[in-house]
Amino acid sequence: MGAYVVRRLGESLLILLGISLVTFALLYLVPADPERQIAGRSATAETVANIRAQLGLDQPFHIQYARYLGNLLQGDLGRSYLQRTEVSELIAARMPATLLLMLAAIVVELILGLTIGAIAALKRNSAVDQSLMVFSFVTISAPQFVVGILLLYVFAVQLGWFPIGGYGTLAHLVLPAITIGLLGTGWYSRMMRSSMIDVLAQDYVRTARAKGLGKLRIIFRHVAPNAILPIIAMIGIDIGLFMSGIVVVESVFGWPGIGQLAWQAIQRVDIPIIMGVTLVSACFIVLGNLLADLIAPLVDPRIKLK
Amino acid sequence: MTEATAEAPAAGRPRGTGAVLRDLLRRPRSAFGLIVIVLMVGAAVFAPWIMPYDPNDQMFDGLSLEGAPLPPSGQFWLGTDLLGRDLFSRLILGAQTSLIIGVLANGIAVVVGATVGITAGYFGGWIGGILMRFTDLMMAFPALLLAIVLAAIFKPSLLIVAMVIAMVNWVQMARVIYTETRSLAQREFIEVQRAMGSSTLRILGRHILPHLVYSIIVFGTLGISTTVLLEATLSYLGVGVQPPTPSWGNIIFENQTYFANAPWLVFFPGLAIVLLALAFNLLGDALRDTLDPRLKGRH
Amino acid sequence: MRKTFLTSVLALGTAVGPALAQDFTEAKQGGSMIVTYKDDVSTLDPAIGYDWQNWSMIKSLFDGLMDYEPGTTVLKKDLAEDYTISEDGTVYTFKLREGVKFHNGREMTAEDVKYSLDRVTNPETQSPGAGFFGSIEGYDAMAAGEADSLSGVTVIDPYTVEIKLSRPDATFLHVMAINFSSIVPKEVVEEFGPDFGKNPVGTGAFYLEDWTLGQSLTFARNTDYWNEGLPKLDQITFEIGLEPIVALLRLQQGQADIPGDGIPPAKFLEVTEDPAFKDFVIEGGQLHTGYITMNVNMPPFDNVKVRQAVNMAINKDRAVRIINGRAVPANQPLPPTMPGYAPDYEGYPYDPEAAKALLAEAGFPDGFETELYVYNTDPNPRIAQSFQQDLAAIGIKAEIRSLAQANVIAAGGEPDQAPMIWSGGMAWIADFPDPSNFYGPILGCDGAVQGGWNWSWYCNEELDAAADAADAMTDPAMAEEREAAWRDIYLKIMEDAPWVPVFNEQRFTMRSAKLGGPDSIFVDPVHVPVNYDFVYSTDVQ
Repeated sequence: MGAYVVRRLGESLLILLGISLVTFALLYLVPADPERQIAGRSATAETVANIRAQLGLDQPFHIQYARYLGNLLQGDLGRSYLQRTEVSELIAARMPATLLLMLAAIVVELILGLTIGAIAALKRNSAVDQSLMVFSFVTISAPQFVVGILLLYVFAVQLGWFPIGGYGTLAHLVLPAITIGLLGTGWYSRMMRSSMIDVLAQDYVRTARAKGLGKLRIIFRHVAPNAILPIIAMIGIDIGLFMSGIVVVESVFGWPGIGQLAWQAIQRVDIPIIMGVTLVSACFIVLGNLLADLIAPLVDPRIKLK
Repeated sequence: MTEATAEAPAAGRPRGTGAVLRDLLRRPRSAFGLIVIVLMVGAAVFAPWIMPYDPNDQMFDGLSLEGAPLPPSGQFWLGTDLLGRDLFSRLILGAQTSLIIGVLANGIAVVVGATVGITAGYFGGWIGGILMRFTDLMMAFPALLLAIVLAAIFKPSLLIVAMVIAMVNWVQMARVIYTETRSLAQREFIEVQRAMGSSTLRILGRHILPHLVYSIIVFGTLGISTTVLLEATLSYLGVGVQPPTPSWGNIIFENQTYFANAPWLVFFPGLAIVLLALAFNLLGDALRDTLDPRLKGRH
Repeated sequence: MRKTFLTSVLALGTAVGPALAQDFTEAKQGGSMIVTYKDDVSTLDPAIGYDWQNWSMIKSLFDGLMDYEPGTTVLKKDLAEDYTISEDGTVYTFKLREGVKFHNGREMTAEDVKYSLDRVTNPETQSPGAGFFGSIEGYDAMAAGEADSLSGVTVIDPYTVEIKLSRPDATFLHVMAINFSSIVPKEVVEEFGPDFGKNPVGTGAFYLEDWTLGQSLTFARNTDYWNEGLPKLDQITFEIGLEPIVALLRLQQGQADIPGDGIPPAKFLEVTEDPAFKDFVIEGGQLHTGYITMNVNMPPFDNVKVRQAVNMAINKDRAVRIINGRAVPANQPLPPTMPGYAPDYEGYPYDPEAAKALLAEAGFPDGFETELYVYNTDPNPRIAQSFQQDLAAIGIKAEIRSLAQANVIAAGGEPDQAPMIWSGGMAWIADFPDPSNFYGPILGCDGAVQGGWNWSWYCNEELDAAADAADAMTDPAMAEEREAAWRDIYLKIMEDAPWVPVFNEQRFTMRSAKLGGPDSIFVDPVHVPVNYDFVYSTDVQ
């Protein structure tokens, strides 16, 4: 186990290294000159060239990348071209908002997904089951910007229950968390439904039911413990989906997280910020996958870590 | 024939297309999916005859005197957009955009993904190692960020948008096919073929690929849904399909500042995206059940 | 012989007169307000900040030698108590106000003026405004990195600084009023290094009390401010990350006082018709022109007739309608409130038939295919589609390239990449109210280089010479002549038609009922968007 974790961590580092290389190369190819935006419109060609040299943008690709990597290894993500601030500081300032949103979204998808899955399993093959399952398909088929805008329209503009975007209070958190959480709800409810059906068919559950135990108690006693591990594994995978969605959701709701930071940076080709956010997101995804893989053998003993 | 002896029992008995179709139509969910897809394809193919107006015509009477878009009415069934164009006509043409990109991007993703998966799974070794490490790397990329950066590098066009989406979406397919190929490659009947001196190409074509077809069909169908959603999202962010070509995503992008005053401009294209993605998801899910019970429950 | 002249000589234009009501100067101090913005505040370093949201924030934290009367484009003295200009217009001597203190309590002296100018022109500062100081003697050596101090700036005594110019520059006092020439304290800049922008210390009416990155900033009143009676408010809170539509709703609910990004189009009709709010809607002009550039080096736009035809093909009224009438159609590069604007010029009429005929004359009876580059944020792609339809009407098939801002700017700076660019979202907003500010980088030969901002690549040596001559007219008595010279330059440009000037945006903003002050300071043409120092709260009156 220990050796496995060490090896996987090593692999993860290699993956992150690869991602840094690929992203850096792609950004190198983007036809936009950051130095011109820094220099402003009144700058002479000389000034622009000067800034280019200061940023090292006149160097060949491999030197630029080596320099970036060298700094990265010392924990230095560089300084934003246009905000003139340490990227790590910018990300750190916005990370709490993103983490808060991620946690809230996980809570939403667990509550909704597990409830829907459990009800569907208990009412198996009924009209309720059918409609809940169609609903779960709808949630994975709806793009987050559509869900977000519709939630805003209904619950914020028309009903006035929640603020129209922004950050600060619990009320601000609800709609964006639901928007992200709905995507996972589809997966969780289907997983919960099938694992419930499996468990309900087990002898000991039938016995328990025969003994007259209530459905709720059965769920808590027998179903829930079995479902916890796969759920944690799934949360690990979820983080990947989540990191992909934040650019859109944070921009729809005006949520001051790293997704918004990335989107603003992309518009202005602020390479250090784009690199930073990509790497931080990739770290989350890699760790999430690692978590999922570590849990897999605990869920299903037939799977071995190797 | 040697094949008869060497052939392993396939997971699910090969069945005729007719039988599969009957099965799909019997299930309410997949029947719904099929109907939606047929309608959308119909709309896309016959768009020129269905559209009541030229979808790019910025009509003078398509805006109120203050320059506001018009709500749905007898004249404009789904209302007009902020430039005074008929929304219904734009949605119809948007179906064309979505489907072209959906099929094209997903087609590329399927071919690339399957090729990578089969190569890595069958040959293994250092080629397989490199390919799968690269796949892992792609898995860890924040997909949307990657797509946006790619879209920024190239001058956007329909083909480029499709390529960008394919570059992000082939990974899932590669992983599925890799796992299956690897387990097939180790099975006895393949060993027998090798021992009998069949060429690699023949083994791959005659013995491996047929076993992968169901997975490819199932994940290919589900992949169209992912593709449609990604295209919509890129266009919504303004880095996808270029105006004035309508895409459901860029219709929302162009009109969303008015969503409180003119919700139809977000609601109808949003509904169209959800319906199309839902249809392919339902169909893919049903295909999985019908074609290969083994795959059930995976996603 | 030296002479002093009244600043009002340079007071050119703008509808808003200097006759601001007396009541607001006597308004009591106290109270607070909340201002909202959508985009992040990147920096408050006056040498670097060049965004919509930080422009007037910096003006409230820092002072320069010169400034403008609130709500107008009339120059006035700020940290300079007085100044003299040599006969030939190349030596400016500024006498500084005594007893002006930085937020850290130290007195500001002539050394700080010199330090600030050295710093902004030092290439290592990477200031986007460095180019404005090109007329100061020793600038070239600084730009080349051969000097670490401007040879033309001399400290005479702690309250006197002399600035020598290498050529007469009629805009120099304006340059002394832009943010980039704000006075900064050396010890604080050196303490924070590149993070000075997050820890700004100036002599301004407010100081930065708190900054939560990406969320909010708080400015508090500088009780030691040299200009007694200012500022009026005790505190300003800036909330960041609010979409304009959200900002307006909050204002309507009493949770915000000024929507910094103005009234969003979708809400415009609603608030202007709402009796509860329409009195608080404020309209103002701005020194802005939205234009289409045509690359004069790329066929067929190398043919002046083609460019003129395009000028006649664009339906500007329609473009104005797309942005809900929040602009006025333009027919020349300068906006109407800019000195040098030609009110009698009629421009090219909207006449598709004549345009078609002209196009045929130019040898393109069937039109041609081209590309129109546009910044990919709303409403720009929409406006571009309207142009596309106009162009199609005379046979020009323009494909739209809707890209991120940085990509459009890069394409415009390449000699043969972007045949047409719609400037929306990246358009020129004047840095100071002087006609020269619309020429150099965007229409002059200097900008028509690889990586330049002259996206039409229009370069007319004759006009360049005329521009230099006009800017050498530093004698205030020649102000009118200079204005006429500039007017002439822009009309000549229109003959060559490298641009289609489309519209001049009007600003529409709002204030809450609790704020007071003349309307003009809420749409201040120089302290963009709002002159915070003069806003007062009716709560404490």
